[in-house]
Amino acid sequence: MTDVVKMVHGAGGQAMQSFIKEYILRHLGWGTGEIPLSSLDDSGAIDGVVLKSDSYTVKPLFFPGGDIGSLAVAGTINDILMIGGRPIALALGLIIEEGFPFSDLDRILKSISNTAMKVGVPVITGDTKVVEKGALENLVLNMSGLGVRHPYLDHNLEVVKKYRDGFDEKWLLDSNIKPGDKIIITGYIGDHAIALLSVREGVNFEADIKSDAAPLNGLVEAALKMGGVVAMKDPTRGGLANLLNEWSEKSGVGIKIYEECIPIRDSVRNVCEYLGLDPLELGNEGKAAIAVIPELADKVLEAIRQNPLGKDAEIIGEATDEYDFVIMETVIGGLRAVPPPIGDPIPRIC
Amino acid sequence: MCLGYPGKIIDIKDHFAKVDFGDGVVRDNIIIALVDAKVGDYVIVHAGYAIQVMDEKEAMETIKLWKEYLEFVDKEVK
Amino acid sequence: MSEIDIKDILRLYRDPKIARRLAFKIRDIAKDLEDVLIMHVCGTHEWTITHYGIRSLLPDNVELRAGPGCPVCITPASDIDNIIKLGMEGVVVTVYGDMSRAKGGKGMSLEEARSRGADIRIVYGIQDAFMMAQRDPNHKYVFFGVGFDTTAPATAYMVKKGVPDNLSILSSYRYVPPAVGALMMAPDLAVDGIINPGHSSTVTGMKPYKEYFDRNKKPMVFAGFEPIDVLLAIYMILKQIETKEYKMENEYTRSVTWDGNVKAMETLLEVFLLSEGYWRGFGVVDKSGFVFRNTHKYVDARYIYGLSEPRDKEDFVAGARCADVIKGKIDPVECPLYMKECTPNYPRGPPMVSIEGTCKIWADHKVTGIIKCRF
Repeated sequence: MTDVVKMVHGAGGQAMQSFIKEYILRHLGWGTGEIPLSSLDDSGAIDGVVLKSDSYTVKPLFFPGGDIGSLAVAGTINDILMIGGRPIALALGLIIEEGFPFSDLDRILKSISNTAMKVGVPVITGDTKVVEKGALENLVLNMSGLGVRHPYLDHNLEVVKKYRDGFDEKWLLDSNIKPGDKIIITGYIGDHAIALLSVREGVNFEADIKSDAAPLNGLVEAALKMGGVVAMKDPTRGGLANLLNEWSEKSGVGIKIYEECIPIRDSVRNVCEYLGLDPLELGNEGKAAIAVIPELADKVLEAIRQNPLGKDAEIIGEATDEYDFVIMETVIGGLRAVPPPIGDPIPRIC
Repeated sequence: MCLGYPGKIIDIKDHFAKVDFGDGVVRDNIIIALVDAKVGDYVIVHAGYAIQVMDEKEAMETIKLWKEYLEFVDKEVK
Repeated sequence: MSEIDIKDILRLYRDPKIARRLAFKIRDIAKDLEDVLIMHVCGTHEWTITHYGIRSLLPDNVELRAGPGCPVCITPASDIDNIIKLGMEGVVVTVYGDMSRAKGGKGMSLEEARSRGADIRIVYGIQDAFMMAQRDPNHKYVFFGVGFDTTAPATAYMVKKGVPDNLSILSSYRYVPPAVGALMMAPDLAVDGIINPGHSSTVTGMKPYKEYFDRNKKPMVFAGFEPIDVLLAIYMILKQIETKEYKMENEYTRSVTWDGNVKAMETLLEVFLLSEGYWRGFGVVDKSGFVFRNTHKYVDARYIYGLSEPRDKEDFVAGARCADVIKGKIDPVECPLYMKECTPNYPRGPPMVSIEGTCKIWADHKVTGIIKCRF
């Protein structure tokens, strides 16, 4: 019945998860390594080297708070950081539709340069292809990244070991979480998705909401330096809802979060209300969820808050063995399950 | 059945309005032709048009009444 | 103009303290009652109920069940097929977001049609479709008019105002009161009370429900969409059951009136007339379908493109009780296929496909009684 690839297969929800399992892993899941493909974590690792590849298509290319260039740098770097890597180099693949204006290209390359320079990660190789008009829309970016073990990763893992008997993990994997671990979100959620939506034809609205796209190097360093972090993940497509479900499934724990603790801007909340969107399903490009052993959760939170990108961080919940899925205590004190979203959030009338 | 959310009319051109849904979230081109609304009114917006001018007094009355009633009940229970 | 901002007042409609106390009151009153089945007929009420976890606050003997009131679920499969056909033929399709994922009779949605080359655009309101068509006069546009009496007046108004030549409208609009009436008359549906849709009733008014209420008196409350609105409506229904004084009550007084939005209804009926309407999974309801009047056939996509009328029969998978779920006759767990052959990943019928579908909501939100708040 499903014989062609659809948008939903790339939207970061349930459909994409089953697509990856049924197709990608079936063919390519045989590799081994420290973090093999089959673990479907944020990056892979082999022989102490961290590798990540990500392609970027975004409509429009320029949006409030960023563009496809800053997005690509932030996205790839964050994925390397999330497993406990330190990004050291980037590779840029450009696929451009003929007729694409040089002025726009210039803007995008400048933005890539600025974002990468700020965190000291150079682009050291790349490739350019130009395709016929209509073969793709405007341009597609591939940003791959290389990393090594983060200098504070081993310290961080030692701290975890002090509190947790038998803990023997080498990386910050999605499967590391145990009941009791606290979940931190490093700031306001939903800004990126709403900023994009605000300039989309047919849905567009005015709002002072900017994409949060940013590499999180400093923030991650602060957290690892403190120690006690067991897992990190960035809630990009599919949002916090997707992230927590992945953690719950891979770690075999339930996760309970508290709606009133989740930082959401009033403006983002208002957009969600009038368009019928769920903030938990909105994508972010400059946020991380961080699972920390309970004993050090407050200290790690404090350390994160010292970083400008983490000043609005909050503890939003904890892993639990009371449930085996993601559950939320709502603002009125009710309980509800938080399922993974099907695809990109779309405005509703119903 | 139908999602609706209140917003404040901040500008009117013909039968279309700029509506502020709060905290700077503004949608232009909301159809207000089917209600009697003026700038400053709160309208309930569904799928791009105002289905009603919200009755602020009623909104306040309902919730105040219930709040008082429930607080009363609370004391009774204790 | 009031001194207090209305948003501050509305915030109280989500106040956890009030919610808690109402939940206590509901438990208190339900203690002395038999099992109570309350039906709501609105997709947005279901959204409020699931997203605020309202079921978890209710006692075991009070059940909330969704009836046939979500435009995505009741829009005829044949009309989804019709609009997909137009899209595949090169007409630009403009549609509300949630409708883009609903599947037609051949199992295809507009979102999937887009993957196969159709130009599908999500819009917030019909005026956005107008502007797109106006800016692009060399292409034909169609607007998929789905929803209820709530949504249709905007379309009627824009049609009256004047439509760009290259834009037509496929009307699948439905009028809600007769469907709720049919629901109340159904002999095999043991509903103890009904929560009526606040925004549909804002337009239609409470008045059209009077004849159905008079014929079969049951607690009927018109409710808003904040969590406290819904809890209040539940409380009001239970109170009516306790005192055996059945009436049409209005909880949503800040929006719903007896006469409704007269201007909107008049505009609506200038452009459309009421004819038989087919509700997917529910059947044909007399005088519930909005059809373009002869004077406005020039915007009617059904007439322009010679599209079929919605058919009144739909085949469900053998053994599946989709129709009974959509009608609200049974809970999903009572269907022999639920979570066995039919799951969110391998859906076998419409209620499991759509995110507004009752089975999908039950599966995703684990409604089966696992989650209850401790009091």
